[in-house]
Amino acid sequence: MKLKQLATIALTTLAVSAPVAADLVFPSLSYRTGPYAAGGTPYADGWADYFTMLNARDGGIGGVMTSVPECETGYNTAKGVECYESLKGDGALVFNPLSTGITYQLIPKATADDIPLLTQGYGRTSGANGAIFSHVFNFPANYWAGASRIVNRIKHEAGGDIAGKNIALVYHNSGYGKEPIPTLKALAEKHGFDLTLIPVDHPGQEQKSQWLQIRRERPDNIILYGWGVMNQVALQEAANIRYPMDQMFGIWWSGTENDKLDGMASHGYKAATFHNVGSEYPVYKDIQKHVVDAGLAAGDGSNVGSVLYNRGMYAAMTAATAAATAQDMHGEKNITAGMMRDGLENINMSDAVMAAAGLPKFGPEFTGSCANHGGTGQVGIQQWDGNKQAWKLIGGFESPDNKVIGELIKADSDAYAAENNITPRDC
Amino acid sequence: MSADFLYLVEVILNGLMAGVMYSLVALGFVLIFKASGIFNYAQGVMALFAALTLVGIQTGQVPFAHLINAIFGTNVHHFGWQVPTVLAIALTVGVMVLFAIIVERYILHHLVNQEPIILFMATIGLAYFMEGFGDIMWGSQIKTMDVGLPSGGSLWLEEYTQGWAAEGERYYGMYLDKLDMVASLVAIVLVVSLTIFSQYTTTGRALRAVADDHQAALSVGISLRTIWVIVWSIAGFVALVAGIMWGAKSGVQFSLSLIALKALPVLMLGGFTSIPGAIIGGLIIGVGEKLFEYAIGPLIGGATENWFAYVLALMFLVFRPQGLFGEKIIERV
Repeated sequence: MKLKQLATIALTTLAVSAPVAADLVFPSLSYRTGPYAAGGTPYADGWADYFTMLNARDGGIGGVMTSVPECETGYNTAKGVECYESLKGDGALVFNPLSTGITYQLIPKATADDIPLLTQGYGRTSGANGAIFSHVFNFPANYWAGASRIVNRIKHEAGGDIAGKNIALVYHNSGYGKEPIPTLKALAEKHGFDLTLIPVDHPGQEQKSQWLQIRRERPDNIILYGWGVMNQVALQEAANIRYPMDQMFGIWWSGTENDKLDGMASHGYKAATFHNVGSEYPVYKDIQKHVVDAGLAAGDGSNVGSVLYNRGMYAAMTAATAAATAQDMHGEKNITAGMMRDGLENINMSDAVMAAAGLPKFGPEFTGSCANHGGTGQVGIQQWDGNKQAWKLIGGFESPDNKVIGELIKADSDAYAAENNITPRDC
Repeated sequence: MSADFLYLVEVILNGLMAGVMYSLVALGFVLIFKASGIFNYAQGVMALFAALTLVGIQTGQVPFAHLINAIFGTNVHHFGWQVPTVLAIALTVGVMVLFAIIVERYILHHLVNQEPIILFMATIGLAYFMEGFGDIMWGSQIKTMDVGLPSGGSLWLEEYTQGWAAEGERYYGMYLDKLDMVASLVAIVLVVSLTIFSQYTTTGRALRAVADDHQAALSVGISLRTIWVIVWSIAGFVALVAGIMWGAKSGVQFSLSLIALKALPVLMLGGFTSIPGAIIGGLIIGVGEKLFEYAIGPLIGGATENWFAYVLALMFLVFRPQGLFGEKIIERV
């Protein structure tokens, strides 16, 4: 009897939790627990709410409903890989691992399984080279584009000449934090500035040594590549030593509402971004009406319009656009992961497409191609306004130094191809 | 004086104060280990939970709001009041005492006479449970710890010491964080209070008796259950103090539980059973890691502190396996 009951419960659970076979499945590898939960939660909410809104408003994508099975990674690479393995068999069309570490592990697996990875603004930068990384898509921007755009902004603010200046990179001592180093070294050589590298160990709760060094050396500018608590401590320590906030630039993972101090302490702090800010877009009315008010929101609705919510939603919008492209390309509504890959490779994120999605001018325009999985790399600059307690876009989406970045991407992806015996595709 | 020498002094002083912050976390471990022989893996999470509870009470946050709203379709988040800091701290202490009673009643009570490793595993489970429980109760957003603690460098000290360097040298004055200075004072008061409590009160003497020999303590009528509740309550209070100090630095967020990682080398060095050991160990680790980072760090790529803290602790262990102040265990066959 007991065995029968257990079997019934197990079957019921499976029936409830497994997506309906005909759904378009967009898994969410989220982290709502652990030390990085404050960043992972709003992103996962944005990703899930956008698909919920599509279901309620449009009846899914091309008339096929979507589903978002969620798996908790805790921002842990091993758990992330487990999540991938457990969800890939459910008809997953694309994975958005939300972790550079997990992305690195999944690249060979996903390629072998013919499932694309969408890693907007994180992951392996050289994944932009579609000839070698056939299943990795990191448009519209990557870490190297972010670093280059920040240097361009510093140059612009310095009147066009940064020769002899000292720029310090304060970075999370991990694969993610180390990503911009080759680019910054190349740019330091090109522009003649001195680069000081200041690593901070995970999780970054204690940074006294680093900020005493900064106080002694007084760099002209600081570039921050942090995540989680490292960002808050870095900004607090910068304020403590009275470092000028407007000379400090974060990458987009160091530029959220979490990464500011109360009052005016972080007023003027700037960060790179690959999407716009705020909630003054038509899509938010639809999310409010069809998702939040209907009680279908993934969270409590308090994150709607925040930077990380927007980023998750923007990723979902990109995935949905690629799915629609794939449906059109293949004349098939119930697309497979392989077709989804084709959709990503042929995506055309034009102003018209963004406007139709309720997000006019939300990000830079970009297109995919066989060779280019990284878009134009256009990045904007946002600044924290302490008076309004909000981010404001102060520098439009501009291209980075694509010559320097292009060479680095080629070198890195060629090395990967050589290590893994990959024959580049003929693009 | 040369600017280099003054910078060296600044690094040492900041190292000492960082060490005090580590000691605040290590103290909680020592208290529980000393009284019950349990290495409490959940001590870091206790600091997180205490800090979350303090901020939640202080800001009038509705506990379990997300759960309530999901079940009943409501939209409640705050009661709409602010609780004065002192009252909020007192209420949080009450919550930590309640927590201690629950731990004793539902975990320790059932594990009496079990192997230490079993008790250790139980605290691992407790840590994960509390982390999830704290998330459900107070949410995962980053919260500001505002209990009136100062922040930033001491301007007075900076200006006073600016002229100490030799003429022509680039020197900006001595930097000491006001929060670290307050933390040092709090740690001194805490250690003195704990020492007086354990030396001069009946309960304190009972604690020491239990620490020395459970069986003997029981035979003279000391209640092991009561003692465990008291010890876990005090450890909860120490966790609250650590949570306040670290939360004021970084905001109250779930990474706060990882501060336990900074306490481990302190315990290895100072010994698991000595309150002064936790303080001295913290100071040695704090100064050692900061000096190493200052002098050697730039030569080998930096970010040496976490690594060096453990190396230093291991070096001490080679010569004193029980730690600097730990009790030497001699088992005769």
